[in-house]
Amino acid sequence: MTFLRRLVGDAPPRVLWSLLVLLALLLVAPAVLGKYWLSVLILVLYFAYVGQAWNILMGFAGQLSLGHALYAGLGGYIAAGLYFHYGIGPWAGLFAAIAVAGVAGAIVGYLGFRFSLAGVYFALLTIAFSEFTRVAFDHWAWAGGSAGLFLKVEPGTDLLNLRGGPLLFYYVILALAAGAFILCRVLLQSRLGRYWLAIREDAEAAQAVGVPVLRCKMMAIVISAGLTALAGVWNAFYYNNLFPETAFAMGRSIEITLAPIIGGLGTLFGPIVGAVVLTGLGEAFTDVGDMLRIPGSKQIFYGLALLIIVMYRPAGVWPWLADKLGLKDRQP
Amino acid sequence: MTDHTRFTRRRLGKTALAGAALLGAPLPLRHAAAQAANLKVALLLPTSGVQAQIGQACRRAADLANDVFADMKMPVKLDIVNYDTETKPDVARTQAEKAIDAGAQMLVGAFDSGQTIAIAQVAEQRGIPFVVNIAAAPQITEQGYKFVVRNFPTAPMLITGALALHKEIFKVSGVTPKTAVLMSVNDTFGTAMVNGIKALFPKLDMPYEIVETITYDPAAKDLSVEVGKAKATKADMLMPVSRLNDAKLLIQEMVKQRWEPMAVMNPGAPGLYEQDFLKTMGKYGDFLISNVPWLDPKSAMTQALEKRHAAKFPKDQLDLNGGFTFEALLIAAQAWLTAKSTKPDALMDALRKTKIDQHVIIGGPIQFDAKGQNVNIKAAAIENLKRKPTVVMPLASAAAPLVFPMPGWNDKRRT
Amino acid sequence: MTADFLLALAQAIAKGLLTGMVYGLMALGLSVIFGVMRVVNFAHGEMMVVGMYLAWMAFEYLEVSPMLSLPLIAALFFVAGYALQRSLISPFIGRPEHQQFLLLLAVAILLVNACLAIAGPDSRGVQMEAQFESYEVGPLVFDAVRLHAALAAVVIAALLWLFFTRTRTGKSIRAAADNNLAALVVGLDVRRLYAITFGVGAACVGAAGALMITIIPVTPFLSVEYTLLAFVIVIVGGLGSMTGALLGGLLIGVSEAVAGLLLQPSLKSMFSFGLLILVLLLRPQGLLGRKPS
Repeated sequence: MTFLRRLVGDAPPRVLWSLLVLLALLLVAPAVLGKYWLSVLILVLYFAYVGQAWNILMGFAGQLSLGHALYAGLGGYIAAGLYFHYGIGPWAGLFAAIAVAGVAGAIVGYLGFRFSLAGVYFALLTIAFSEFTRVAFDHWAWAGGSAGLFLKVEPGTDLLNLRGGPLLFYYVILALAAGAFILCRVLLQSRLGRYWLAIREDAEAAQAVGVPVLRCKMMAIVISAGLTALAGVWNAFYYNNLFPETAFAMGRSIEITLAPIIGGLGTLFGPIVGAVVLTGLGEAFTDVGDMLRIPGSKQIFYGLALLIIVMYRPAGVWPWLADKLGLKDRQP
Repeated sequence: MTDHTRFTRRRLGKTALAGAALLGAPLPLRHAAAQAANLKVALLLPTSGVQAQIGQACRRAADLANDVFADMKMPVKLDIVNYDTETKPDVARTQAEKAIDAGAQMLVGAFDSGQTIAIAQVAEQRGIPFVVNIAAAPQITEQGYKFVVRNFPTAPMLITGALALHKEIFKVSGVTPKTAVLMSVNDTFGTAMVNGIKALFPKLDMPYEIVETITYDPAAKDLSVEVGKAKATKADMLMPVSRLNDAKLLIQEMVKQRWEPMAVMNPGAPGLYEQDFLKTMGKYGDFLISNVPWLDPKSAMTQALEKRHAAKFPKDQLDLNGGFTFEALLIAAQAWLTAKSTKPDALMDALRKTKIDQHVIIGGPIQFDAKGQNVNIKAAAIENLKRKPTVVMPLASAAAPLVFPMPGWNDKRRT
Repeated sequence: MTADFLLALAQAIAKGLLTGMVYGLMALGLSVIFGVMRVVNFAHGEMMVVGMYLAWMAFEYLEVSPMLSLPLIAALFFVAGYALQRSLISPFIGRPEHQQFLLLLAVAILLVNACLAIAGPDSRGVQMEAQFESYEVGPLVFDAVRLHAALAAVVIAALLWLFFTRTRTGKSIRAAADNNLAALVVGLDVRRLYAITFGVGAACVGAAGALMITIIPVTPFLSVEYTLLAFVIVIVGGLGSMTGALLGGLLIGVSEAVAGLLLQPSLKSMFSFGLLILVLLLRPQGLLGRKPS
């Protein structure tokens, strides 16, 4: 009970009720939505989840990572590889996935933080690790090399091995997204969260008052990496195939960062709002692009949208939205 | 071919959704389900993103399908709706769902194995037939999908066919190389080919030996070191598995380093026969051989397709991507004619029983085995002659005589 | 160590040097912009691709060789870069990296897809006789187009050096880069200087594009690897140092060539990234860079 009370904290009842209603609607959504809208919603939840994971490192601890595909890729490959070669189901495989990704995060983090790499230098370090791993996997036969790893698709629903239709994956990603949301809330409320805030605001001052800066940053990257690995596992079992050139691609890393940046860095709702906005815009622009019949036009509109948002709402859509809804000065 | 009213109504729904809570999303606005007079086929291709070049080439051929059906006096028209997968599997998946929601009765696509598998899963879950035009990963027909058929050879099929053709070529020309060097791009397709060659080569009793395998990065901007290595092996024959840009780099390097092997024979990859390659290479592009499935110049349907293509797209070359895409639509049309119903089970049944004698790609009739794979596709030997890819083997479909071994870079025959 | 192997090694190094020179020119623009304004141009590769397209169009429709259209393209890029900086980028200087990143990412997406929509996805190349020629110096063979491009790159780099060390504007820019506040105090119009810098950096990129089209054909999607490559070069050589960028280019060119000879060629880029990681950790300012302030 105290946990719940702490979780809720001083959030206004209005927000809590809205969240509960939202959750209820999401639970019944598959019954009313067509298959296409369901698949779009799955994407929204996926980006909300993985954006939430990335946000921990960037929004909370202030480190720009442009190589998060590394953790998603590692997570996906480990779990898929274990399933493919030894029949180990994903619920067990995910522990290995999280462990490996966590270690990778620790390495990147330790190297980056210990050597005081900040800003663009740190970002480049993350890119370098991701690319390095991509080429390595291209040559690793156990993971299928560049020919790819393919999981056998079985009919019927098997929760244990994550075999099934979109409905199964919808509820799994919904659970993940909700779980990440709650986890981030807990983290933010905790002492670690306050340390993170201090580090983000002024790392030197934080160090001076005794905040264990290096340890907190390491925790941020390890947690972020571990959570991202879960996204990779989900992805691997949903799409049933993995290629190094897409799993570790910089494009993937960039995709992960868009929702939280557009939505609002460091905020709890940012990644969710960002995911909704971006996926919604994407689908709308696809239709416009279809009408224009010019290939690439959808991406042009998308780029314009990104440009406009970063120029006029650089802090993200959520802070502005929260302001409009009168939720300002509340919990992020 | 695209229904504009449907898109306008959809767009209203989409705009309401974007940026706001997605709760209570209105039911997808289905198009009024009047029984379509024509079979509604959704064509999913990567027309933007990295694979745009091939996706758009496929789509050009698809645009001509109905005209060619009319030319061949086939009493059928397809209602083809185009979807862009943007070279991404997640987009491929949502677009497939969208297509089925919009009433597609058959899916065709998607060139890339990752995207194709994403669509195959949707097809399987929704019970809509899916005809794969191009995708080489063997796994697509090994998964036991009931709603998928593929009219494209797997990598092992490509290789077996190519190597068999080699023996034919050696027999006809009277010249046999003793050694070969295999150079391959290290991406999904290249690796599948190399692995396939390594596995099948020992079983096929070839008269030459592969002395070295050199792989390189698909993004390589300079292949001088690789070609230098290959030249140092002193092999009689080069077998390149390449895409377009690396093919250009390879041949340019060979010319610059003055390496003139007995033959350059591509065992089943793109690059050497592509229009852009031929234009760039000029006379150095001639006499290179590719062992790939190809359009049969002796088939009346091929001739009709080529005529229409030359008329509508004079600047573009029709190659096997276009050919296979057209064939996929032909298969759909034929199944529709046979089934006389748009019910998925009837269509799927008709698809499995497909037997099309007159089509465009060299090989026996289009037929699918129990796994949904067409095993009658034959590899052909395409030699670049006078800057055009020309069928030289099998002899029955040859449009010109074979030139083997390859003349030197400064040989008189290169004009 | 056989003679054959030594020869192959020498050849690889020669190749690497030539290729590296052009890489260096490409990275020069990035280095200039970051060194002065601390803006990381994520649209770098895309800008080069646009330069390549322009040079291609000049060749295809006006029958002008890229070497000749180079100055014009550089001038055009200067103007465009100046305008871009004044309008779009200027407000973002000093903002957090993720916002700069998003801004330039958006620009990159726009450029790539505009190229796709206008020029189509087919790769466009320039057909020149020189592409099949080579010079022989003793046992070593030198690629004709790469040699020409490398020479042009050296000339351009020299011009840039003259600009930054001999002209008033150039020296003012360096002053502003060294100490922004002092520059303002002395009365330098820092905003205009930044715009000029971006213009100069963009001109370098455009020039590099014109040279690059003689070596490889262009597609809209070429940009991705080039942005990354430029970053690797600039980090290794030193952000903000022009000689560093060229040196970095040479280093990466040679190490790639040698790695390709000694290891499996497909592992080449792994080697480059490993090198990048080492440099980031051990000497983040690069070989010739100054410590980041």
